[in-house]
Amino acid sequence: MTEIEKRQDRSPVPSAFDYAPAPESRDIVALEDRYGLFIGGEWVEPKSGEYQPTISPATEETLAEVAYGGSEDVGLAVESAREAFDNGWSDIAPSERAKYLYRIARILQERSREFAVLESLDGGKPIRESRDVDLPLSAAHFFYYAGWADKLEYAFPNRKPQPLGVAGQIIPWNFPLLMLSWKIAPALAAGNTVVLKPAESTPLSALLFCDVVHQAELPPGVVNIVTGDGRAGAELVQHAGVDKVAFTGSTEVGKEIQRTVAGTDKKLTLELGGKAANIIFDDAPLDQAVEGIINGIYFNQGHVCCAGSRLFVQESVYDEVIAKLKRRMGTLRVGDPLDKNTDVGAINSREQLERIQELVASGAEEGAEIYQPPCRLPEKGWWFPPTVFTNVAQSYRIAQEEIFGPVLSVLTFRTPDEAVEKANNTPYGLSAGVWTEKGSRILSLAQRLRAGVIWANTYNRFDPASPFGGYKESGFGREGGLHGLAPYLEFDE
Amino acid sequence: MTRLPVKKTYKLYVGGAFPRSESGRTYEVDGANVALASRKDLRDAVRAARGASSTWAGMTAYNRGQVLYRVAEMMEGRKAEFAELTGDEAEVDEAVDRWVWYAGWADKLAQVLGSSNPVAGPYFNFTVPEPTGVVGIVAPEEPPLLGLVSRLAPAVVGGNVAVVIASEHRPLAAVTLAEVLATSDVPGGVVNLLTGRKRELASVLAGHMDVNALDLAGAEDEDGELERLAADNVKRIVRNGDGQSPWHAAAFLELKTVWHPIGV
Repeated sequence: MTEIEKRQDRSPVPSAFDYAPAPESRDIVALEDRYGLFIGGEWVEPKSGEYQPTISPATEETLAEVAYGGSEDVGLAVESAREAFDNGWSDIAPSERAKYLYRIARILQERSREFAVLESLDGGKPIRESRDVDLPLSAAHFFYYAGWADKLEYAFPNRKPQPLGVAGQIIPWNFPLLMLSWKIAPALAAGNTVVLKPAESTPLSALLFCDVVHQAELPPGVVNIVTGDGRAGAELVQHAGVDKVAFTGSTEVGKEIQRTVAGTDKKLTLELGGKAANIIFDDAPLDQAVEGIINGIYFNQGHVCCAGSRLFVQESVYDEVIAKLKRRMGTLRVGDPLDKNTDVGAINSREQLERIQELVASGAEEGAEIYQPPCRLPEKGWWFPPTVFTNVAQSYRIAQEEIFGPVLSVLTFRTPDEAVEKANNTPYGLSAGVWTEKGSRILSLAQRLRAGVIWANTYNRFDPASPFGGYKESGFGREGGLHGLAPYLEFDE
Repeated sequence: MTRLPVKKTYKLYVGGAFPRSESGRTYEVDGANVALASRKDLRDAVRAARGASSTWAGMTAYNRGQVLYRVAEMMEGRKAEFAELTGDEAEVDEAVDRWVWYAGWADKLAQVLGSSNPVAGPYFNFTVPEPTGVVGIVAPEEPPLLGLVSRLAPAVVGGNVAVVIASEHRPLAAVTLAEVLATSDVPGGVVNLLTGRKRELASVLAGHMDVNALDLAGAEDEDGELERLAADNVKRIVRNGDGQSPWHAAAFLELKTVWHPIGV
């Protein structure tokens, strides 16, 4: 064994380089003390009379008070969306509709720094990610769908595409503005109007988006934002004036929504949970694969429905991969989301932190071996260190349940057949990763893995032109690409 | 002396075989004692379907198209029998023609439904349709043959396997279609056909955790109870589908997107 290899095996995990803090200034964001609901192009007080604080998960400070819409508020928002649909939005020239969406895309680009800071403040994600991923992708999503608005008859030849009417959309807290963009851009391009409910813990970027709507001079009522908790979401789903429901969130809530719309004419798309397999073959470029593992599970604190949370390593390279992985984990910087050096930010909410802690405890209890690199966590706020479990059996909860945190479960395999069988052994089917230098094996696994998105020799890539969505209990319908338009249209065939 | 005709026993079609209902029950239709499938028969049918899934989905689209075309050939040969059972020769002609139409889609769906996606980065990215798996079909009551063909053909052409609850009041043409399937190189288990009471069977089909999609074109589900049961494992639901369309086939297909870096 060479000297270098010996050192790699024996040396303790190196700690991250000592960087000086490089915080992004939060001055660019001007927050109101209190936000109402955005209905019919105006800020209105909630009829419910209820406001709740929205809290920065990194500091536990209250950032603002936000209205919690009730049944009456949802009703007003749906009415406003219906009125906007009937009075113009569905009949304006599609090329004009396109131009509104292009405007939104441009304004998001122009104000991207402001949005990025706000996103990190309210949600706890590293500024590097909100700046380099969330914001560029949000703007790109509007830009992409803007171009479709006046080309629908080419997207669906001979099908006479027509808008559905009012779309009720409910989004999660992991990519607040990006999920808003995934929902609103195709809905508007197709000629619908929307009522969108942001997640309870991350409403601020959606509220700032109302200012973009205003700047773009979108007709009133085309976009309505009702903040609140699950009660507002449930009201929206069951409202008789909603023609289409689009939901991104947990499988549990998704099933409840599917039950609610049962027996109605509402169209439904669901983008739900996942427990993705990330499969490393022994011929993979291991250093790149380790980067893919890290990106797969620690990106956005693991608050990612398509996170590569089950790692399958071929037995012959197991020791090497685990050693490299642990070393790399030691260089992850956990801390202030607004620091430009931060890799892993704050856990989004206390509730989510408790769920992660509970599942991690179950992993240790069931017999898995836990590893966390030494890292200092801030005293205030909600944090969880990057974690990896080895010695995991398929039956363990940490191998079956979505943790939605920076926690990786490692399992092993010997043959491609075994990898496929284990990877598919889950009710979920959102995404999967494959790492190998052998092209035919990539295509074979890409075919046999039951998941809607397959990343081969890469992981966690997103693009507005690329359809995204799940198999099995990860939901149905696609977002992104031409395929992401169809759920917002009806066809006269 | 006139010859005594040999009458047919109308049985279930499960896993490529023609069993009676495990319950031993029958119900009378037009003088025939038709098998009255039980909930256990339905669960057996789902197991048979799942078992045949990888074979059928793994065939080349060209091969699947040929096998389905073969089904139409066999139907054509049984036209007289079908016409007698349905009482409508035009319906039988249309059913055969529809089957041929769908057979031709087997190796064309991916080109119409899939895409190559121009992502903003050095990645090759494409989207292909894939079968969702086991499709549960509650076949329309009328027309007895064309209704069934219109729902079954789009489900299987894309590589899905099916568990069908036949028209309750007019099941004889469906059982005869099963005999056609059994002699057309369709692997056993790809199509499983049950006769019996929809009220007894449909809820078991809708709630079955190993069924991926549910076609309710022939179900009475005004209150949405079947759809609610289907939510237990997030089934894809199809509520209607008259006529013929590749989009009827698309309703039972998943879309898979694959990324790979481009580099040297």
